[in-house]
Amino acid sequence: MTLTAGVLLAGMLVAFGGMLYLLHHAGQPVHYHIFRGEPGDLRTIGGVVHEALTLSGRGLIQLGLVALVAEQLVRVALTAWLFMVQRDRVYVWITLGILAVLAVSLFRNG
Amino acid sequence: MNNLEFSSYLLIVSYIAGFLGALTGLGGGVVLVPALVLLFRVDIHYAMGASLISVIATSSGAAAAFIREGYTNLRIGMFLEVGAVLGAIVGAFVAALLNAHVIAVIFGVVLLASAYLSLRRNEETESDRPSHPWAMRFSMEGVRPTLTGPRHYRVHNVPAGLGLMGLAGTLSGLLGIGSGAVKVLAMDYAMRLPYKVATTTSNFIIGITAAASAGVYFTRGYVDPGLTMPVMLGVLVGSLTGARVLGGTKSHSLRIAFSLVILALGIEMVYNGVAAAV
Repeated sequence: MTLTAGVLLAGMLVAFGGMLYLLHHAGQPVHYHIFRGEPGDLRTIGGVVHEALTLSGRGLIQLGLVALVAEQLVRVALTAWLFMVQRDRVYVWITLGILAVLAVSLFRNG
Repeated sequence: MNNLEFSSYLLIVSYIAGFLGALTGLGGGVVLVPALVLLFRVDIHYAMGASLISVIATSSGAAAAFIREGYTNLRIGMFLEVGAVLGAIVGAFVAALLNAHVIAVIFGVVLLASAYLSLRRNEETESDRPSHPWAMRFSMEGVRPTLTGPRHYRVHNVPAGLGLMGLAGTLSGLLGIGSGAVKVLAMDYAMRLPYKVATTTSNFIIGITAAASAGVYFTRGYVDPGLTMPVMLGVLVGSLTGARVLGGTKSHSLRIAFSLVILALGIEMVYNGVAAAV
């Protein structure tokens, strides 16, 4: 239930940002055949939040995408909680280990 | 082509990819990246970024429904995910070291292997041998719903399953795909889980594996919001419709057709990579 709601929320954020983005950039030519990488602001969580707060379309889309990734951490945390309720020690540790690796990977890099 | 046209075409193609991916259990990413690279002339790094995000969206969308049905084995999922997560981080870092042609060739080879595995997949794999000792130690055996009531199943060759999941994770991080074919191979072929348990458990962990590479993808600037927006929305809606249709249809002939498409894309990717046209 929470999962479906989370995905829908991220999807709506992306769709809303997408509309704003296309509203301003509909007529521009596209140039995805050359890899430039994203500007620094869209590569870090702080930068994405900052861009989204200015209601930039690209910033809002990126915020929705980051939220989608963050939801996976919630999913793993809920699984850990499920094992905790079942008093399944070994799997609580396995799941928390995965959660830690994910968190480091997202927050150190993103 | 201007931005609006480009986004509209992408939305349609992504919808179809998500729909067929869900219907055949192969996932949308495996056709999305070649479609973006070969049809839309998108740089492979951007294509991988858009695909990786779509993989996460599909997995999260479907996971909730599947857990409710009672097929997903969370213990097996989390145990195998240890290998997949570590592989995914390694894969994402390696992707940065390789140039686009090399990635295209590896991608093509994975497509060819996926098509082959999907064509020869055996859907009746249960056996009466006792479970692997690790499966007992980590209490992995489970019960699945059937028409005649709950049925117990055994779990074999756990080490091979874990190794294959490490490989699946590495490919996922390296290519921006879900590696559903390798994950199902690990659980269905090596561990001999019932087909529906293997596919739903795989679907549950695919998004988590992809999330492990996502941090690296964001930092390296592979995720472009303008490109990812139509792709992610198209795949998400497509896979949700596909999963709904799946209940009622026999998907065997469809899977063969889809495998042939993947085969063709694989050949094209290898050719383009070798000819350095990507």
